[in-house]
Amino acid sequence: MPEAEVKDARGMLCPEPLLIAKREMEKPGVSSVKILVDNATARENITRLAERMKWSVVVDSAGSDFLITLEKK
Amino acid sequence: MKGKKILIVISGAVVGFLGVWLAVAGNPPNMGMCIACFLRDTTGGLGLHRTAALQYVRPEILGLVLGAFISALVTREHRPVGGSSPLVRFTLAFFGMIGMMVFLGCPLRTLLRLSAGDLNALVGLAGLVAGVLLGVAFFRGGFSLGRAAATGRAGGYIFPAATALLLVFLLARAPFLFFSEQGPGSQHAPLFISLAAGLLIGVLAQRSRLCMVGGIRDMIMFGESYLLMGFVSLFVVALAANLAYGKFNLGFAGQPLAHTDGLWNFLGMALAGLCSVLLGGCPLRQLISAAEGNTDSAVTVFGLIAGAAFAHNFGLAASAKGVPAAGQAAVIIGFAVVLVIALASSKILERGGVARAGSGS
Repeated sequence: MPEAEVKDARGMLCPEPLLIAKREMEKPGVSSVKILVDNATARENITRLAERMKWSVVVDSAGSDFLITLEKK
Repeated sequence: MKGKKILIVISGAVVGFLGVWLAVAGNPPNMGMCIACFLRDTTGGLGLHRTAALQYVRPEILGLVLGAFISALVTREHRPVGGSSPLVRFTLAFFGMIGMMVFLGCPLRTLLRLSAGDLNALVGLAGLVAGVLLGVAFFRGGFSLGRAAATGRAGGYIFPAATALLLVFLLARAPFLFFSEQGPGSQHAPLFISLAAGLLIGVLAQRSRLCMVGGIRDMIMFGESYLLMGFVSLFVVALAANLAYGKFNLGFAGQPLAHTDGLWNFLGMALAGLCSVLLGGCPLRQLISAAEGNTDSAVTVFGLIAGAAFAHNFGLAASAKGVPAAGQAAVIIGFAVVLVIALASSKILERGGVARAGSGS
């Protein structure tokens, strides 16, 4: 499977990072989404959305940013 | 994530209780806590407007910022960022504040007024939801104010430092500050109680991300109930506290620091809701975000302050008697300006923009 493109949601306030995540997750045939965010609020919001949609969530620190990897279970 | 849910419910409950109790302790009636009103009083305290009855540097505001700043430092969430359309944010905040001065309260005070039985606030709440719905439509149409980037370290400390300096002036009762001798500005809880309440709310709001318009927005856009739980717990606890203190008085007429002009209560709060959602959060959330080092949010707070100054220097603000014609005109102009900004910042007018946004790309 090809590596998912990393979506950059850094520097964005609510609700934009979540909107980006949701749009990616709802694309047909997509089972893996990677999103880069720079604040804890966006990280928590995306994690909550993914858990509610029953996707797995892995958060890695990337410098002062967070790389969130979402996988369809 | 379960701990977080408990935190948002506790945060809402604490703000709900303090929002009623601070009025019992001396703050104006149905105004134990109000970000818009307290920024307006602080604006007056600095002499930036000269309505003599509305001048007091509110320690709740200072505590809120400093509490959130300390909390953000401790949790390493303090990050100096900025550069996402600061002047546009200033303008949105300016007109949002005009709307709040026409209604007489921010989204937080809307809930506190409603919890005390003020049915004018129910009209305001309907306006708030309508404004958020309109804002959500723009987000679905691709609205964005652009990306913020990391800024120099100094940027993230100016706002909290200015707040701390203002606290020093207040504690010293600096002779250049204005203190109302009568009216709402003269009604306040003891300084250290107000400050402590602000600090506590600042820490809780920073940790829980409590936001009055975010709850409505996330429910509409994502079916997400997290922030709404804070909103609901705030209302329930404030209602219980008002009943317990005998402050609950159901009706439209004779409500403290309110007017009964339904149309302008609705439109004022609709403008406030629209501006808040486009800005990414209510005035409370902007203060917290500014304390976390977001300089765009700090500019937003200055926009709110400028709005309060204009509202009172140019006779736009409502009073218990109603909404002056100039205030009504300002709300209409505000809608026109904000709608132009929203359209210009979204993809709705681009060829095929709606279709693209609608197809989820």
